[in-house]
Amino acid sequence: METLDSYALLLIVAIPMAGAGLLILIPGSNVMAVRRFALAVAVATALLSVYVFLAYDHSAGGMQFERIWKWLEIPGPWPMGESGITLRLGVDGISALMVLLTGIVLFTGVLISWNIEDRAKEFFVLYLLLLSGVFGVFVALDLFFFFFFYELAVMPMYLLIGVWGSSSTFPTFIRTKEYGAMKLMLYLVAGSVLIWIALLAIFVEADLGTFDLVALQDATFSEGFQRIFFPFLAIGFGVLAGLWPFHTWSPDGHVAAPTAVSMVHAGVLMKLGAFGIIRIGMTLMPEGAEFWMPALIGLGTVNVIYGAWSAMGQTDLKYVIGYSSVSHMGYVLMGIATLHVLGLNGAVLQMFSHGVMTALFFAAVGVIYEKTHTRDIGVLNGLAKRMGFTATLFAIAGLASLGLPGLSGFVAELLVFLGLFQTYPILGILGIIGAAITAVYILRLMGRVFFGPLGEQWEDQTDASVREKFSMLALAGFILLVGLFPFPFIRVIESGVTEVLARFGGVG
Amino acid sequence: MNNNFLLLTPEFMVTGLAFLVLTLDFFLRDERKHLLGYAAAVGLSLILAVTLIYQWNIEDSLYDGLVVVDGYSLLFKAVFLVMGVVVVLSSVEYVRRNLSYAGEYYGILIFTIVGMMLMAASGELLTAYISLELLSFGLYVLVSFDRYNPKSNEGGTKYILLGAVSSALLLYGISQIYGLLGTTRFDGISETLAAAGGLSPGVVVGLVLIIAGLGFKVAAVPFHMWAPDAYEAAPIPITGYLAVASKAAAFALILRLFTQALMPVADEWQVVLVIMAALTMTLGNLVALAQTNLKRLLAYSSVGHVGYLLMGVAALASVGPDGRVGTQISHLASNGLMLHIVAYGVTNLAAFLAIAAFYNATGRDDIPGLAGAARRSPYLAMVMSASVLSLAGLPIFAGFVSKFYLFNAAAVQGLLWLAGLAIFTSLISLYYYLQILRQMYIEEPIDGSRIRLPRLTVGLLGALLVGMVVLGVYPGPLMDVIQHASDALKSSFGFMVVAQVPIN
Repeated sequence: METLDSYALLLIVAIPMAGAGLLILIPGSNVMAVRRFALAVAVATALLSVYVFLAYDHSAGGMQFERIWKWLEIPGPWPMGESGITLRLGVDGISALMVLLTGIVLFTGVLISWNIEDRAKEFFVLYLLLLSGVFGVFVALDLFFFFFFYELAVMPMYLLIGVWGSSSTFPTFIRTKEYGAMKLMLYLVAGSVLIWIALLAIFVEADLGTFDLVALQDATFSEGFQRIFFPFLAIGFGVLAGLWPFHTWSPDGHVAAPTAVSMVHAGVLMKLGAFGIIRIGMTLMPEGAEFWMPALIGLGTVNVIYGAWSAMGQTDLKYVIGYSSVSHMGYVLMGIATLHVLGLNGAVLQMFSHGVMTALFFAAVGVIYEKTHTRDIGVLNGLAKRMGFTATLFAIAGLASLGLPGLSGFVAELLVFLGLFQTYPILGILGIIGAAITAVYILRLMGRVFFGPLGEQWEDQTDASVREKFSMLALAGFILLVGLFPFPFIRVIESGVTEVLARFGGVG
Repeated sequence: MNNNFLLLTPEFMVTGLAFLVLTLDFFLRDERKHLLGYAAAVGLSLILAVTLIYQWNIEDSLYDGLVVVDGYSLLFKAVFLVMGVVVVLSSVEYVRRNLSYAGEYYGILIFTIVGMMLMAASGELLTAYISLELLSFGLYVLVSFDRYNPKSNEGGTKYILLGAVSSALLLYGISQIYGLLGTTRFDGISETLAAAGGLSPGVVVGLVLIIAGLGFKVAAVPFHMWAPDAYEAAPIPITGYLAVASKAAAFALILRLFTQALMPVADEWQVVLVIMAALTMTLGNLVALAQTNLKRLLAYSSVGHVGYLLMGVAALASVGPDGRVGTQISHLASNGLMLHIVAYGVTNLAAFLAIAAFYNATGRDDIPGLAGAARRSPYLAMVMSASVLSLAGLPIFAGFVSKFYLFNAAAVQGLLWLAGLAIFTSLISLYYYLQILRQMYIEEPIDGSRIRLPRLTVGLLGALLVGMVVLGVYPGPLMDVIQHASDALKSSFGFMVVAQVPIN
């Protein structure tokens, strides 16, 4: 196990990337081989990610599975050998959980995408590249590679949405998939422009000649510097986390994307943003973070209320979920901004919980759309009578999202609210109001789409295929697992969170 | 003065190869002229091997320092020869289909390589000028090679006229420098400037003219107007050659000139280059948004890239927080420049080769013409997408690493705001690159027939794609070579100043 441990993280990143490379060589006409190969890659990676999470020793805490490879020298006045770019990988409690989440979504996403016929090979190549980037961000401990993988996770999006996505027609206008794809790309890359500038500024200000995150944590950044550049990181990453008012790409993008990509995007990719704020923003610039957190918590509150309110007004099933993601990411941002151990625990658990839950949402909606070819809430009626399984699973996700005890959403949101009441009680109340609005739109949606009289045109509907059922069950399993046994998860999270908060003098 | 003419072996051999190709031309029937391309490619590859073996680790100069043979010139010679091989091979199919006089085409192309090799090696202004003219004259002919095409004539004429003006500017600048400083040698200029402790107005005029002249050659704003027309006019492989090799050569000269001759007065020219870089990257990328022809699009995109490279040149000298300009050469910046030149070169060669292959098959070189290319030839579309994503600076391709390195160099040297602008313009460029992806992957083909690629093109595209990815994920070995070249740039500078002392 020694050798596996020292290569586990490298493999987690390299297997999907190499898999994508090898997949190019398989002839695209052999769709079955392409699917099986993609599934094999996904299974291998998912198993590794489960292993990493289980083997992470929360009592020891800190960075584990660490490995450093020298990558590129950076000449300058710095001592040679210590300066430069290194491929440094490692996970702490926070990223261990995120790796697990990514593994789950990767695997279930491949199963859900099984029926893609049109250019399946290109789809899976891009999909695996995307996931390789996501894993990389969670495990990279060098700012260069962090950014490398961050961009890698954004790059394939344009084609994934533009080629395999779907357009939505509204009474007065059409949101084309090309529009959604381009909007998403430009927003995210605009965010990464800010991140890139901040990273260069950090490199220059620290003057250590290294992008090594661990080494940079020992550098001192002046308070003025932190106050200027923390917003660069917070907004840059915030764009990806769906921070209001930079969230508008997210509903459009998620709706236009094909099912598996929506799952990955809402499920994992938005978490990259929140993760970046914690990993880089808070550990390198604690004073800047402290200064700006009131602003962030305010925006996070707007996210919660505004996202939930917008979700109420939607008529397209996917837009409802899209806006509910904006709303739920608001809890993550609020939890982070409390700078309190409970709030941060809640935020990270909410990242996981929302990831699984929203992946399940999109999977269920994907199944419904594939069968009925519509996502219009006004047309879909009483589907539970014909698609009982999908309806049940959708209900689990729905109940988790409104915070029913026993499901993951409850634990996560409860922790966030507890953190809020310790720090900003009034915003805590607003947060709970947000959860109430969520209950309204989710229950109303479920009542209309699944229950009630069956619409005539849906008489002949069939339920999800075995593969889709299995995929949804796996996701629902994690919702229940976290809801019923949250402590193993919270322990791991807390080992990471306390180290982040230790950088803040006396808070938490 | 001890002149070891063997040091010029590579240049002699390339010249010989050009004559050999021109001679072979007499003995080949028209339908077999494409063999000339293979002969040229094989010849250039052999010369590359000989050059690498023979000049590895040599540090020497010829004609009392007029031509310098060191790690720096070796790196660029190798780069030019490789680019030469790629351009020659990607021309074979295009020339066979679209052009007559294949012999002259390849012959002149090889002559320009001699010019580029000497540009990288010249340690003196007049040698540099003559080498630059050797390159330019060849390019004038090559750009207007399609002589019955009025567009080719128009672009060619524009290129010749503006090129001549820029040459005149450059030459006048050189004469000004020579008149006032009494030398055209880089080391001499550097020494005189350092001793003078300030610039006389005449020298300023000379410097400005030289910068303007070189600015024309690399198509920096505001001297870029010829580029889109010339790019559009030229045969596609030559467009690639213009975009990649001639720019690399000009920057090879610029890098040596600025580090070895003009470093003592860095505070005088840096601000000029900073402004030029800012204008060039902004304008190039903005105007590219409006283009519908692929060659013009890539022309403006390459103007944008010249902006990044100029930023690298400006970053050779550091700016302190108090605005003072240092006169130490930054290895970080010179490494970044060379890395970006190589990465940009590989990427753009792949892009132009893909465009040429597409043009050969369909006769279209406009962006809407690419519609559905991914269905007609998935391989071609993949390479094309990889190269535009690399140009946009996205991982796992070469463009990401080189941009990150170069922008980081600028930031370290106190030009963070300029690096920020570069990152921002890079975002703008993403929009038009994505339009290319959109046409290829999302739009439906107008004509759904499969595109058959010649085997040579497939192999060449594959090699360039692998090159892009390898540079993107494992640039270490190349960086070692570049570091070596950077050291040579600095050491031969020191070496010659020492040699100069007894003469005075």
